[in-house]
Amino acid sequence: MLRFVLRRLMLLVPVMFGLTVMMFIIARLLPGDPVGLAAGPNATQAEIAAYARDFGLDQPVWVQYGRYLWGLLHGDLGVSIFSRRPVLADLIAYLPATMELVFAAMALAVGLGIPAGLAAAVWRNRWPDYASRVAALAAISMPRFFLGLLLQLTFAMWLFWLPLGGRFPIILEPPPTVTGFLTLDALFAGDWEAFVTACRHLALPAIAMCLSPLATIMRMMRASTIEVLQQDYVMTARALGLPPRLIVFKYVAKNAVSATLTVIGLYFGWLLGGTVLVETVFDWPGIGLYATSAIVSQDFMPVIGVALVIGLMFMLVNLLVDVLYGVINPKVRYT
Amino acid sequence: MALLDIRDLHLAMRSFDGEAHVLNGISLSVERRQVWGLVGETGCGKSLTGLSVSRLVPTPPGRYMRGEIRFDGRDLLAMPERQVAALRGTRIGMIFQDPTTNLNPAFRIGTQLVDVALAAARRKPGVLAGGGRRAAERLAVQMLEKVGIANAAERLQDYPHQFSGGMRQRVLIAMALVGQPDLLIADEPTTALDVSVQAQILRLIRSMVDEFDMGVLMITHNLGVVAQSCTHVAVMYAGNIVESGPVRDVLMHPRHPYTQALLAAIPTRGTARGALRGLAGAVPNLIAPPPGCRFAARCGRVSAACTVLPPLTGALHRTACHHADHADA
Repeated sequence: MLRFVLRRLMLLVPVMFGLTVMMFIIARLLPGDPVGLAAGPNATQAEIAAYARDFGLDQPVWVQYGRYLWGLLHGDLGVSIFSRRPVLADLIAYLPATMELVFAAMALAVGLGIPAGLAAAVWRNRWPDYASRVAALAAISMPRFFLGLLLQLTFAMWLFWLPLGGRFPIILEPPPTVTGFLTLDALFAGDWEAFVTACRHLALPAIAMCLSPLATIMRMMRASTIEVLQQDYVMTARALGLPPRLIVFKYVAKNAVSATLTVIGLYFGWLLGGTVLVETVFDWPGIGLYATSAIVSQDFMPVIGVALVIGLMFMLVNLLVDVLYGVINPKVRYT
Repeated sequence: MALLDIRDLHLAMRSFDGEAHVLNGISLSVERRQVWGLVGETGCGKSLTGLSVSRLVPTPPGRYMRGEIRFDGRDLLAMPERQVAALRGTRIGMIFQDPTTNLNPAFRIGTQLVDVALAAARRKPGVLAGGGRRAAERLAVQMLEKVGIANAAERLQDYPHQFSGGMRQRVLIAMALVGQPDLLIADEPTTALDVSVQAQILRLIRSMVDEFDMGVLMITHNLGVVAQSCTHVAVMYAGNIVESGPVRDVLMHPRHPYTQALLAAIPTRGTARGALRGLAGAVPNLIAPPPGCRFAARCGRVSAACTVLPPLTGALHRTACHHADHADA
């Protein structure tokens, strides 16, 4: 088990290396003049050249790449040519907001999707199944940014229930940082009001993000539950006199979840990469919004940094999923 | 009053081609300490008879058209599902054919056995002296020891895939008996096991009959199993019981042509190569069965009378045939 985890962690190295190569090449192939943009509209040719020299952008690409890798090995992700701030510091500042959003969306998707899928399978072809099927189809087919706009219109503009966007009001004092998750930090600080405020801001973007994983998890859970319900051991459990509720929520659920676990892991990565649109719509100060502004100004170091972080998270979550398989299915052996 | 009394049970199953009349008037009664073998070829309805007693045949596609299943005097078919569910495990136990698929692969043996014991104890407080999870764990160890599993306390922590097939069947028997049922339905309990393990499992079931003072309905297609471990036997053909009675009477002096053909088909040491005697013809289509005796088309003694279904007649040794062989009765 430990050897399995270590081997998988070692696999991270070539993948991350490949990711840097790809991102570097793509960044250079794109047309545009990042230095010109960064130096400003009134800069002279000499000033632009000096600017490029400052950032080493006058060097051949492979030299730039070598320097970047060297920096990466020392924990340096480069510098934004716009703000001149180190990318690593920016990521540390913005990543918790994104993670909080993704975790909240996943918690909603898993927490609602698994029971709903179970219910749809148990009451197969009855009203809970039909209702969930229609809801899933609607949730899957609606683009997230459009859904975000609809949610804003309804709950912020018409009903005034929830804030339009942002993560925490500027006029209020945020709770002291422990985890970087405002909701958790507020709880740690015992600040109930701040917790409610943070949740109210989190609600709409998290709902906008959770719907399509929720729908997928629900449908997967329904399919695998139906399969498990037909297994011999379910009939045996009934014949042995186990109560139906225990059979479904304990014995069937554990077997059915293992197939759904794969989707949960994949969706986690998908959400991380997909926060860009939702963060933009809801003005959520995470790495998605950070990446968007960097792309617009052709500021490539932040873009590469964001891609690396998302790639790393994706691999780690999928490793976690593989480990969880073993917890759920005792027959899984790690080699 | 018999422990289990099935009277004229008719069951139809809906299929793509129409409704098949799979049980065509089953009558059978089982007393405590009797081990009834229910034999017949694949598809004759023996498993459905067993499942019907636990009311585990899904309806639809199943439909009970007529008859009663009286358990301790009460008709199971007339009971609401809640009441039938309350009988499972504590009054009626069941073991199934394939021990590899009937244990939940994701849970430890101990967890499954303890849950069954706790569920049983809720309806039958005598099962757990003292009650509670600790008592259930002690009972689980006792049951595993009783069915012959060594190091029972440690093995509670193991998962099903860590047991051999025979051991798994023992675990399933322990689960079926933990609630001290009055009736055990064993649906081909040894079919998936090696011959040497088969004998052990059959001896185990036999020894449990007296200990738990229960009746057993053992479904099998193996006449050897019947001869070895049953006190009574009922022979089924295409949804009918054609002959039933004490094992010795039926196997030594079969009266129904089908039973006689079955017994004649068993090879013995003296059987010459190529001299195996099968039975010509095939089982009738149960969606549109011919009227009367369902065996008529393959029977050597068929006559005009056979277009009317013969009733099961006789006192102890009963036969459903217009031309039953009464020479030695």
